[in-house]
Formats: sequence, C-alpha cells, structure tokens
Amino acid sequence: MDNLIQYAYVVAAALFIFGLKQLGSAATARRGNMISSSGMLLAIVAALLDQGILDYQMIVIGMVVGGAIGAYVARTVEMTAMPEMVAMFNGFGGMASLLVGMAAIAPGADAFTLTTIVLSILIGGMTFTGSLVAYGKLSERISSAAVMFAKQQMVNGLIVAGIVLSGVMFVNNPDATFWLFLVVVLSLAFGIMAVIPIGGADMPVVISLLNSYSGLAACAAGFAVDNNILIVAGSLVGASGIILTQIMCKAMNRSLSNVLFSGFGSGVQDTT
Amino acid sequence: MIPAEVFLTFILMLSIFLGFELINKVPATLHTPLMSGANAISGITVVGAIALAGTGESDLAQWLGFFAVALASINVVGGYLVTDRMLAMFKKKEG
Repeated sequence: MDNLIQYAYVVAAALFIFGLKQLGSAATARRGNMISSSGMLLAIVAALLDQGILDYQMIVIGMVVGGAIGAYVARTVEMTAMPEMVAMFNGFGGMASLLVGMAAIAPGADAFTLTTIVLSILIGGMTFTGSLVAYGKLSERISSAAVMFAKQQMVNGLIVAGIVLSGVMFVNNPDATFWLFLVVVLSLAFGIMAVIPIGGADMPVVISLLNSYSGLAACAAGFAVDNNILIVAGSLVGASGIILTQIMCKAMNRSLSNVLFSGFGSGVQDTT
Repeated sequence: MIPAEVFLTFILMLSIFLGFELINKVPATLHTPLMSGANAISGITVVGAIALAGTGESDLAQWLGFFAVALASINVVGGYLVTDRMLAMFKKKEG
C-alpha cells in the first residue's frame, strides 16, 4: 500500500508538470488547469489512504470547511478583484506550510530536519503576512502607497539578524520553544516589512514572487515531513514562479531587483 | 546506503530545472492565470497536513495539522476555481 501511495505521487507530479506546461499557451490553458487539479485530487486521495492515519475526523472537517470557504470566495469574487484574491489564497498556503513545519517538530529530530522546519516556518510566515499586505494594498483596504520610514533599513537588518540567530539557537536546542516562537514572530514581521515599501502598481509582480515563495515553503515542509510530492510540487512552483516573476517584470519594463529593493533596500534616505 | 536527504535534494534540483524550463515564452495575457494556477499547486502542502492531522502524534500537532488542512484546502479549491473562472473569461473574449 505504501508503495502504491508513492507511485500515485509520481503520477500526480507528472500531472502537475503537464498541467503547468499546458497553462502556458492560450489554446490549452483551461485543460491544463483541469489536468493540474486532477493531479491534486490524486495526491489528496493517496494521502488519505495512508495506513498511519488513525483519525479522519479532523481531516474531513478541515477539508470540508476549507474547501467550502475556498469555493464560496472563488465563485463570488468580482472579476476585477482576482489578483488580490490570488494573493489571499497564496497567503493561506504559506500559513499552512508554517503550521505543517511547526507540527513536524518531534523529539529526537536531527539538525537537517530542524533546519527544514525553520525554513518552512520562515518562508511560510513571510509569505502569509506579505500576501496579506499585498491583498490589502490591491483592494485598497490599506494605503497602496509605498510606506517608508526613518531607519527602515536598520529595522529590516535587525529582523533578518534576529531570524538567523533564533533559527540557529532553535536548531541547536529544539526544546527551547522561546526561540521557535521568536522565529515565527520575526518571520511574520519580515513579510510585512518586505512588502510595505513597495507601491501598489508593482503588486502583481510581488504576488507572483510570493507565489514562488509559498512553493518553496511547501518544499521545505516536504523535507520536514519527508514527503516527496511536497518537495517536487513545491520546487516546481518555486522555480516557475521566479521565472514568471522575471517575465512579468520584463513586460512592465522593470528589473526584478528594482521592484524588490526600490523601497526595501534604500529606506528613507538618511542623508536628506 | 545513500541517505534519503540526498535523494530528496536530487529531486529538488531536478524539479527546479524543470520549473525553469516549463515557463517559457508565455503570452502576457496568461501571466495572471498561470500565476494563479501555480499558486493552486502550492496548496500541495495539504498532503503533508493530512498526515499530521490524522496520525495524532500529540494533541498540539493534530490541531496544527487541522488548521493547516483547512487553510491549504482554501488555497487548493479557491486557487483552481479562480483560475478556471479567469480562463473561461478569456475564451469568451477571444472567441
């Protein structure tokens, strides 16, 4: 049975790859989406057949509630509000990877697993808050202007340093939950800080990049829970997302670093 | 015996190259649906969440798994449906 599940994952991965390929041309795009979604269905069914599962109650409730919310929102959302809806969905995916990372913490985990757990929390967390900010800016629930303040660069530097420090401390001492929570909080803060200095007009590019991140978060979570399909599908989305981001930048006549660091890197010019 | 991490890293490396190759010369009108479709795939994390929510290593892990299943399901179902709606509109416009 276990082997059968693994082979089902192989087929699911092939369907994702084929689906993505078809999504790239107008004539086949809709069929491509269907193929990709059937791959997802197959992967979920295979996961449900896992012999280790003792209790289906939580899974079923979670899937029904989540699926119903997703279906309702997807059907009712205005056509013009699509990009921010994608950002919102993407943020939920990132949060899910963060939670999977946290739930994967088990006594006696080795340093490699702990590192991938930290990565899935970090990338998942910043994807979540970053996507929420992108959603807010596009739907104009918050100001779409680039937000900058004095010493922004220094604050960002401190957050990054704090993430690295607390990540290393946690991997070396997994019983100290303090460091784990510091990683979670700082990752969430980092997502906000990374997106607020970028103006609303550049948000589609940012969403594409965050989409790539949520793939990487799923990939890291896959390492944390030892699951091939998470690694394959996650890295596919991660890599194709980066390329798509670059293509979108080119179409807008901007460079990727220009979009990302126009606000984030420079902060408010201290000299003026 | 080659350690499992090495195999997994191999898989990671190959699928990154594949991801790069797949997205090539995509027309600008398809950027948003493609992004949305790829986003739905990133909801694959639901598979990891299912295992955690069902095995019940601890109460905490099970609850974390439960919320992860719910959030990832929003991502998967919403992502695919939104992509389909976008692409359906395209067809009308072009046809």
